[in-house]
Amino acid sequence: MKHNLRRWLAQWDAGELDFTAKTASPELPQPRAETEWSKEPVRRLERRQAAAFNRIYPVLAAILCTVMIGFLFFTVSELPAFGSSDSPAHNEVTKRYVEQGMAETGAVNTVSGVILDYRAFDTLGESHVLFTATTAVLILLLTAQEEAEPKQQREIMQRDPILRQTAKIVVPLAMLFGIYVIFNGHLGPGGGFAGGSVIGGALILYVVSFGFERLEKLLNLKTFRIIVLCALCFYSLSKCYSFFCGANGLETIFSAGTPGRIFSAGLILPLNIAVGIVVACTMYGFYSLFRRGRI
Amino acid sequence: MSFCVNFPLFCVVACLLCAVISSVLKDKAARLVSMGLTLAVLLCNLFLLIYILQEGSSVTYLMGHYPHPWGNELRISILEPLFCLAFSCVLLLCLLGGRKHIKDDLREEKRNLYYVMADLVLSSLLVLSYTNDIFTGYVFIEICTLSSCGLLMIRQIGRTTLASVRYMIFSLLGSGLFLLGVVVAYSLTGQLLMPSLKASIASIYASGEYRTPLMAAICLITVGLCIKSGLFPFHFWMPDTYGCATPASSGILSGLVSKGYIFFLLKIIFDVFGTEVFYASGMQNVLYAFGACGIVVGSVSALRENDISRMIAYSSAAQIGYIYLGIGISGNLGVIAALYHILTHAMTKPALFLAAARLSDTAGGARRFKDLQGAGWANRTAGAFFTFEAFSMIGLPLTMGFISKYLFALAAFRTGVRMILTLVVLAVSTVLNTLYFARTVIRLYNKQETELRPCPMKKQASYAFAALLLAGVNVGCGVFVRPLLHLLSKGVDLF
Repeated sequence: MKHNLRRWLAQWDAGELDFTAKTASPELPQPRAETEWSKEPVRRLERRQAAAFNRIYPVLAAILCTVMIGFLFFTVSELPAFGSSDSPAHNEVTKRYVEQGMAETGAVNTVSGVILDYRAFDTLGESHVLFTATTAVLILLLTAQEEAEPKQQREIMQRDPILRQTAKIVVPLAMLFGIYVIFNGHLGPGGGFAGGSVIGGALILYVVSFGFERLEKLLNLKTFRIIVLCALCFYSLSKCYSFFCGANGLETIFSAGTPGRIFSAGLILPLNIAVGIVVACTMYGFYSLFRRGRI
Repeated sequence: MSFCVNFPLFCVVACLLCAVISSVLKDKAARLVSMGLTLAVLLCNLFLLIYILQEGSSVTYLMGHYPHPWGNELRISILEPLFCLAFSCVLLLCLLGGRKHIKDDLREEKRNLYYVMADLVLSSLLVLSYTNDIFTGYVFIEICTLSSCGLLMIRQIGRTTLASVRYMIFSLLGSGLFLLGVVVAYSLTGQLLMPSLKASIASIYASGEYRTPLMAAICLITVGLCIKSGLFPFHFWMPDTYGCATPASSGILSGLVSKGYIFFLLKIIFDVFGTEVFYASGMQNVLYAFGACGIVVGSVSALRENDISRMIAYSSAAQIGYIYLGIGISGNLGVIAALYHILTHAMTKPALFLAAARLSDTAGGARRFKDLQGAGWANRTAGAFFTFEAFSMIGLPLTMGFISKYLFALAAFRTGVRMILTLVVLAVSTVLNTLYFARTVIRLYNKQETELRPCPMKKQASYAFAALLLAGVNVGCGVFVRPLLHLLSKGVDLF
């Protein structure tokens, strides 16, 4: 017994007891041919384990999901009824947003007033989430090679007359509509996030039907980065100024103006434009990176 | 109100600005910007801490013109600047010490993006510490998740992509549960700002209504943040994540990111649910149980590893277990022990990752113990610092690890029935820690037949400087314990 333990310890110390040989190897396991699998008894054992795992895993996953769904349904059924007047969620918070929102922020659209004035710090974070996501995708997919997209496929898409003719009509309209939604964000339903995604969609439709070459003259990686840089810097700096004034009890130079005018609501309009630019660039950037590995 | 209280706002905005600007800079400029920023954040938090200590009370800082419950807010008391100080210090030293590997592991055109991600991580850590609004916390949790994924997968060998997919899945699961919890809490109370939430939750709890949704909110938020920080059953992403990333990233992810989530959880326990409601829900017992299991399972897994980085990563799982054990002891003493251990681990683990990477470099990139034989003689600096940090993890006196374990044991005496269990877990894990670290250190200093080529001191000045500072802070906080403990206990009272 004692002798065995000593030998075991010595083996462990020498690293000969390999509990984790498979996981510790730095390379990914190479795919093996089916015949090779069956030749090795150890591998066969592993395969049996894998089969057992594949049988048990869906059952366990289904049980877990059912339990989770049941738990969440039960929770939701116990929550205060949606829209009932005596639910605790109807309190002074929403009351002030609805009743004084227009006077305090100058935005007719209460949602814009809340996200870009009352709770502007959240939206500042949210637009940087988009920036973080774009940078992460850039890290993952940016390749040095010239063209990841197969040339043939591209030509087929571009030769399609129906697509091109439709795009000729739809793209300008969609762009205009996106700009309208952004500029009208403080007056009616809409805002930077909605309008930006419309513009992003229009850009994607454009490159699908006319190819990347034309747009590339306007929007390559360098200009893309500079546009996002300007939008986000403007956002951070202007909001920093307004937070600073708010916290120290100073008046800002931005006034609420006359609610209903296009140039009103202080910072909300320029911030909507900045958010719209960031959202449009993010959508186009994702498409371009996933399609061909560069912007 | 002094000008100092504006520092958190300036720090956060500066981090975001520097991140955006670094995306168009060259890699050297981005590195300088990032390091300068981290140093500035460090100094700002130091001044802020001194100011708050002089004032002796916490400050609420409006983010805009509207007070709670309408607008966003930050809250500054003692713990927030203290932890931001520690976080920025560790981040700076990670970037400094891991510089060579960042240069070697990453492709040139993507190197500046590394610093973009580091700036974003710093901004999210700052906001997670300072925020007084649970939804702002969620937004910056997203930034933290995405940017830590970026830090991981920027070293593009196949394995990191695999690891980051796994990390992403776990992390998003955690974020999703957390968001569900926030939604449930919001539909119960209609509040998002922490002080108003706390008041509403206290009144709902006192009235006895909506007991199930309240418990569900507590469960979802706690479990979500536990998954994100890698508590025991959810620690399987750790070895791959920390083991394959470039050493600076391993240090940042293990030492800072997971600690940021835990600090935010503590903030929620104290400022949103209130300790009374939280302890009544029984969640602390769950945390205690999983923490204790995590300590043992993590240590045993570390014992089974033959790869140095993965061993350190599994040891991280055990250390996270300690922290949750402290939170689960339910009492201020346990929380103080947990907070102290957050600092201990943040100071120690990055240093271990950096040293391990240096040692495996001397052995030609090998990371198995068999090949690392004698590496401690070839690279004496890294060997010495590895040994020191291993001592700190084991808990030898004069290091922070000793004080952590002492505090956990002290807190255990207040737990009544569970005292024996806590002490046994501590003892077992200390023995296991000693086993695997002693084995590694002995390996490193075993003479080998074929000598490894020694690594001259000149080539690693920046690493040696960073490691020296980390070790210095470790000894400093391990010897002059009283002021730090005083700060922590005062901070917990003011939380």
